Amino acid sequence: MSECWPSITMRVNGESRTVHVPPMKRLLDVLREDLRLTGAKEGCGEGECGSCSVRMDGELVNSCLIPVLQADGAVIQTVEGLPTNGSLHPLQECFLACGGAQCGICTPGMLMAAAQLIERNPHPSMAEIREGLAGNLCRCTGFMRIFESVLAAASQAQDSESDKASHAR
Amino acid sequence: MRGNSEAHQLIAPGSLRAALELLAAEPGIWTPIAGGTEIMVAHAAGRLTAPKLVNLWGIRELRFINVTADSVAIGAGSTFVDLRRYAELCESWPLVARAASWIGSIANQSRATLGGNLVNGSPAADSSPALLVYDAEIELISDRGSRRIPYSEFHTGYKRNVLSTDELVYALHMPRRFSHHEQYLRKVGTRRAMAISKVALAGTALLENGIVNEIRLAAASLAAYPARLYKTEESVLGRPITRETIAGARTALMAEAAPIDDIRSTAEYRKRVGANLVAEFLDEIGREVANP
Repeated sequence: MSECWPSITMRVNGESRTVHVPPMKRLLDVLREDLRLTGAKEGCGEGECGSCSVRMDGELVNSCLIPVLQADGAVIQTVEGLPTNGSLHPLQECFLACGGAQCGICTPGMLMAAAQLIERNPHPSMAEIREGLAGNLCRCTGFMRIFESVLAAASQAQDSESDKASHAR
Repeated sequence: MRGNSEAHQLIAPGSLRAALELLAAEPGIWTPIAGGTEIMVAHAAGRLTAPKLVNLWGIRELRFINVTADSVAIGAGSTFVDLRRYAELCESWPLVARAASWIGSIANQSRATLGGNLVNGSPAADSSPALLVYDAEIELISDRGSRRIPYSEFHTGYKRNVLSTDELVYALHMPRRFSHHEQYLRKVGTRRAMAISKVALAGTALLENGIVNEIRLAAASLAAYPARLYKTEESVLGRPITRETIAGARTALMAEAAPIDDIRSTAEYRKRVGANLVAEFLDEIGREVANP
């Protein structure tokens, strides 16, 4: 069979990766099993919990609901792709500082949903944070610390923008 | 994951024409998959029976929104994120944009397509009531050509529709003439995100001198498929909004609705809430008339 499988190439966290897998294999399984990127987790396996959230072509998606053939040619970002030059992403720093992570199963998905939100809406309100993360379920934190982590990251970004603006002046 | 990925064939024809040719060559053999938010759930649960799937995700000809002076055409491959982000749609067809923003979560809205929502044909489909009260037309396409019918005639029974085995949904069309209508949409579910509705109701109405001149009401989960509530509409047409009119509309809805008991709710609850939603819409219009 494997000789009939298509060759699928994706740009994952900035690197071109090619796999030969069944086209209906889920993107989640390809990331975890074939590319050894185990950040994205399987929770419900039916698009309800958000543990497998990654970004595909700039949109937040549940990787458990994507047949990998549909990711051929796509740009994928997983939680492993959030840090830059070995430094944690500000969202990751804030999740650590604010107690936004406990058992850690939902955390990669929460971070990707938050990254998606902040990229499109750098200064979200609490209501917008709640909506942006509504598809990600957490069983430990009670959500408030997660929302506060995102709010903290967004306001840090705002502070550094206003610092830059005042330096520019 | 109980499904077996190797048990299913999935091919990507890459263009609308190639997809239609495939469906025409082997009608009934290929199951279309777009955003996968239904099919991949069935796959994970080991319930996906279709052995051969044809990929529609990424076919550009199906993903467009064209607004003109008097209408909008929305390609069936447009996602709900596409809809809620499209400013002119939010402005002129707000119920459709609002329904889009209530579907699942952001990660579902970025993948689920308008065409998929309709072809899947759930009685609880989120986009359907809004489309129905805007008199949407649905355009179907095959290798033989295309045809356009009122969306209200698309569903024919529980998860059944008029699509032939070689046809795809191409686009939805909505006229702009509702911009001066009173508009209403409410979804009742267990939580705001990720909840399939227990009941949803959409409405558009036009009053003249305090009299209901035009009214369209449509519901999800009050019948085997999303549908207009013609008898409830009739009970209100030509009347002023009074307590009696609202009471009459409640009674008409309770008689017209044919919901079921299921894991999400009961038929009795759905009828009562459906009646409350109609009453709420009429009450809102009534207050508009009293305090314009």
